[in-house]
Amino acid sequence: MSDHGHDHPHAPVTSGDEPPAAARARALEDLLVEKRVVRHEDVRQMIDWLVSRTPADGARLVARGWLDPEFEERLLADARAAALELGLDPGPSPRVVAVENTEAVHHLVVCTLCSCYPRALLGPPPDWYKSLPYRSRAVSDPRGVLSEFGVELDDDVELRVLDSTADIRYLVIPRRPPGTEGLSEEELAALVTRDSMIGVAQPLATAPAG
Amino acid sequence: MSYRVGERVRVADRAHEGHHRTPGYLKGKIGTVERVHGSFANPETRAYGADGRPEHALYLVGFAQRDVWRDYRGREDDRICADVYEHWLEEAG
Amino acid sequence: MERAVHDRGGWPTDARIDRREHELADWELLTDALVGTLMREGVMNVDELRRGIESMPPDEYERASYYERWLYSVETALREKGVLAPGELDRRLAP
Repeated sequence: MSDHGHDHPHAPVTSGDEPPAAARARALEDLLVEKRVVRHEDVRQMIDWLVSRTPADGARLVARGWLDPEFEERLLADARAAALELGLDPGPSPRVVAVENTEAVHHLVVCTLCSCYPRALLGPPPDWYKSLPYRSRAVSDPRGVLSEFGVELDDDVELRVLDSTADIRYLVIPRRPPGTEGLSEEELAALVTRDSMIGVAQPLATAPAG
Repeated sequence: MSYRVGERVRVADRAHEGHHRTPGYLKGKIGTVERVHGSFANPETRAYGADGRPEHALYLVGFAQRDVWRDYRGREDDRICADVYEHWLEEAG
Repeated sequence: MERAVHDRGGWPTDARIDRREHELADWELLTDALVGTLMREGVMNVDELRRGIESMPPDEYERASYYERWLYSVETALREKGVLAPGELDRRLAP
C-alpha cells in the first residue's frame, strides 16, 4: 500500500473497471469541501491514518504478552490501555477486548450485523470477514468455517464464537507455538498473523521466509 | 447493572422496527452473563440523531450452541457469545 | 418474524467463503475517510451509518459492495440532515 494517488486528489483517476460509486465518492467529497462540512486536509489525514493501520500492531501486543505474563494480564484486563502502554494507537473504538486461546478454548470473531473489527490494531478487515457467507456461517457452523480455513481443533477444545454486536472490538490472542522459546519479541510478532488474531488460523510455526 | 456474571438471562423475543443491535438468531434464547462491559449509549436512539442517553448496561452473554441451532455440528460445550444491551435481557431464573 | 437483510447470523447458506482479498481502491479509502471525518466532526455517528446501510432495499444490499453500502448510507444521512439537497449529488455527477 504505497501509492494511492492521493498526492493529486483532484486529478480524475479514471479506470475502466471502477464502479459508478467511485465518481460518486469523489463528487461527494468535493461537495462537502465546498460546503465547508469537511476540510480536504482532514480527509487526507484520515486516509493516511487508515493506510497506516496494519496487523503489525496487534502482533506486537500478542508477542509482548507471550513474553511477559504480567503484560498479558494487563492486555486481557484492558487492551486499549495495553496498546497505549506500547505506544500503539487503539483507535476511536470505546473498548477493545482481548481474549486468550488456550489448550482448552479457541476463539473465533465475527460481526453478523455489519463488519465490526479492531481496525486500529489489525488494519482493514479482509474481504471475506465482511462477506455474507462468513457473517452467516461463522456463528451457526463455526467448525465448518474453521475447517475451510484449514483449522481442525482437537476434540477436547471448546470453540467460543464472539459476535461483535455492539461497540466492543475483539482481538484474539492465539496460542504461542511450541518451540519458540528464546525468540525475541520481534521474531515472535512475525509469527502472529492477522488471521490468527481473528481466530481463523493458528499462528505460524516458523518465521516466514524473507 | 442489574445482572451479574454467571446469571442466566433470556434475550427478549420481540420485533423491533428500526435499528437495533440484537441479532435475530439470539432472540428468545437463554444464556449466561459472561462479562459486564459497563454503560454505553443506546444505538437505537443514536441511530436517529439523538445522543443515545440514557446509556444502557451492556453484557457479553454466552449461549450453548446446541441451544441456538437445532442441528449444530460441534461439541456440547461450544458457545456463541454476543454483546447484548440490558433492555433486551430478561431474568431467566 | 421476517428477518432484516443485514441480520445474517445463521442465514441459510452453503456458500463457501471466498477468501480472495483486494487492496482497497482509492475511492473506497476515500469513502471510509469521509465517513470517519464526518464522525469526528460530529456530523454523523456510527449508529446512523449502520442504520442507513440497513435501510437499503434488500436486493440492493446483497448486490452492493461494502463501500457502496457506506456511500448509500452517508448520502442518506447527509440528505436527512439537510447537508445535501435531494438530487444535489446526482446533478453534480451529470455530464
